[in-house]
Amino acid sequence: MAKYLIKRVIYLVITLFIITSLTFFLMKFLPGSPFQNEEKLSEEQRVILDEKYGLDEPIPVQYAKYMVNIVKGDLGVSFQFDNQPVTDLLIKRMGPSLQLGFQAMFIGTLIGILLGVLAAMFQNTWIDYGSTFLAVLGKSIPSFVFAALLQYVIGVKLELLPVAAWDGFASSIMPTIALAIFPVATAARFMRTELIEVFGSDYITLAKAKGNSRMEVSFKHAIRNGLIPLVTVLGPMAVGLMTGSMVVEQIFSIPGIGEQFVKSIQTNDFPIIMGTTIFFAFLLTVIILIVDILYGIIDPRIRLQGGDKS
Amino acid sequence: MTNAPDKIEKHRFEPAPKDHFDNEKIEKPQLSFAKDAWLRVRKNKAALVSAVVLFLVIVMAIIGPHITKFDPYAQDVTKGNLPPRVPLLEDIGIFDGSQKIGGVETNKYEDLGLEEYYWFGTDSLGRDLFSRVWLGTRVSLYIALLAAVIDMAVGVAYGLISGFKGGRVDNVMQRILEVISGIPNLIVVILMLLIMKPGILSITIAMVITGWVGMARVVRGQVLKLRDQEYVLASRTLGAKSDRLLIKHLLPNLSGVIIINTMFTIPSAIFFEAFLSFIGIGLQAPRASLGTLIEDGYKTFQFLPHLMVIPCIVICIILIASNLIGDGLRDAFDPKMRD
Repeated sequence: MAKYLIKRVIYLVITLFIITSLTFFLMKFLPGSPFQNEEKLSEEQRVILDEKYGLDEPIPVQYAKYMVNIVKGDLGVSFQFDNQPVTDLLIKRMGPSLQLGFQAMFIGTLIGILLGVLAAMFQNTWIDYGSTFLAVLGKSIPSFVFAALLQYVIGVKLELLPVAAWDGFASSIMPTIALAIFPVATAARFMRTELIEVFGSDYITLAKAKGNSRMEVSFKHAIRNGLIPLVTVLGPMAVGLMTGSMVVEQIFSIPGIGEQFVKSIQTNDFPIIMGTTIFFAFLLTVIILIVDILYGIIDPRIRLQGGDKS
Repeated sequence: MTNAPDKIEKHRFEPAPKDHFDNEKIEKPQLSFAKDAWLRVRKNKAALVSAVVLFLVIVMAIIGPHITKFDPYAQDVTKGNLPPRVPLLEDIGIFDGSQKIGGVETNKYEDLGLEEYYWFGTDSLGRDLFSRVWLGTRVSLYIALLAAVIDMAVGVAYGLISGFKGGRVDNVMQRILEVISGIPNLIVVILMLLIMKPGILSITIAMVITGWVGMARVVRGQVLKLRDQEYVLASRTLGAKSDRLLIKHLLPNLSGVIIINTMFTIPSAIFFEAFLSFIGIGLQAPRASLGTLIEDGYKTFQFLPHLMVIPCIVICIILIASNLIGDGLRDAFDPKMRD
């Protein structure tokens, strides 16, 4: 286990190093500089600005400085957002993103598990077909399409909830729903397949033969075992939520990291693009690592070193 | 017992053939891999319906822009922001070109004295949405298909070599794969698009850079399983070279997983294209893709919902249909599901 952990952490560091370097050099090759948008800027002013942000130094020097700073947790200074440090901006905007992410993940997974369990218990009935259909919808419809339609129907037409704002719980309902459809679909599909397999196994037959009712068998024996592998989908779920959060936050004007990222792309704000990219990459790789380790702890049958020998 | 049993026919008393040559005869016609799969896909109604729907969408993407007499790029501001108007349907009161502006029911067609029928209405520049939607569908499908094919080619080649060579080659290739798959593809796609000029090809390339990893993994796993099987050994004993083994024996047996994986690449590519266009780094105007149409429509969706809703519906139909087909194919090809 220790060996596996060390191996995984080394990979994580390599991956992050590559992402960081890639981000840095790609940004350097970008056409256009952040100050080109400012129209009335003389040549001297531009030189001063370049000097101030260290853009006049040779690229290797900039690269080395950037890498050292990142290790210290300093992601540079934003060009557009009043010279604020990127790290501060990210921390400030993390709240809404985290809140939405957790709400969507928690509610989505819960509903998804429920749908999946129902589908598996009543296999090949209308309940099963209904929940499978919902799962396909959730998997297929892009979250931003869903968010935009939701905003139109509930916000604009029915005027039930605030269209685009960020104050209080009510304004977080629609973005949460929009983000949650992906976890719902993932969890529901996964639970259904998993449970159908569990229901077919010998120990379930035994439990039934002992005279337990269907409910007892389902809840005491089957679902417990079906829930374990669900941990594995948490990784892809996190990726999906992060993708979704960018557009959903933009649509509902939520002051989160995703919204800022999209804005910084549109304004060529290198430090924010780089910082957010690295932050996202760090978060995702760490989540996936934790999920893998968690899975190994929960289910000792998994051969950690073996990888996928399917 | 008036009905005496029928006389037993004479040939029934003939001795059974003594030789057992016929025992080995295969009675049923042999099922090829594709036929076998088709027999099982056929039972999946959702996949079949989806295939028909997707086929119709593809047909429309090809002929759609030519059905109406309007040019998808022609701008005419005087005919801007028209709601949908469809002949026949307008007689029963829907899609008659009327809309509510500030709570007042108006009909722009009548106000402007227009005779034309814009089936899906027009956008703010007066371009016909019907032909633009199908043109956008065409672009989206083209990007998806291109990405899927390149993903398939790279992934299959990588997986085949990695799995078949084994040993140190496999080890190195796997380590590379692990690092690449650790990079979230969304981030790579966005970064690549920032440095490349947005266009059909650059979007495809950006998606392919990390897209092939999944395919390579699956193919490698399968190759590891297959290469130690007896038929491969037999072929090798008979003197078959590696390339023959790969192409003649392994590849056909991999076709199932390859098809399934490719089928799932298509919806994810369509999604990514739309996503990128939506956050503003996808295709640029005047090119249309479903993503750019949704983004355009989103800007004015409070007043002119049809501009956003129609491309949304089309993209949802494509994504749902291709996911259902993918599910159907997976069930059909998966040996565990065999009944």
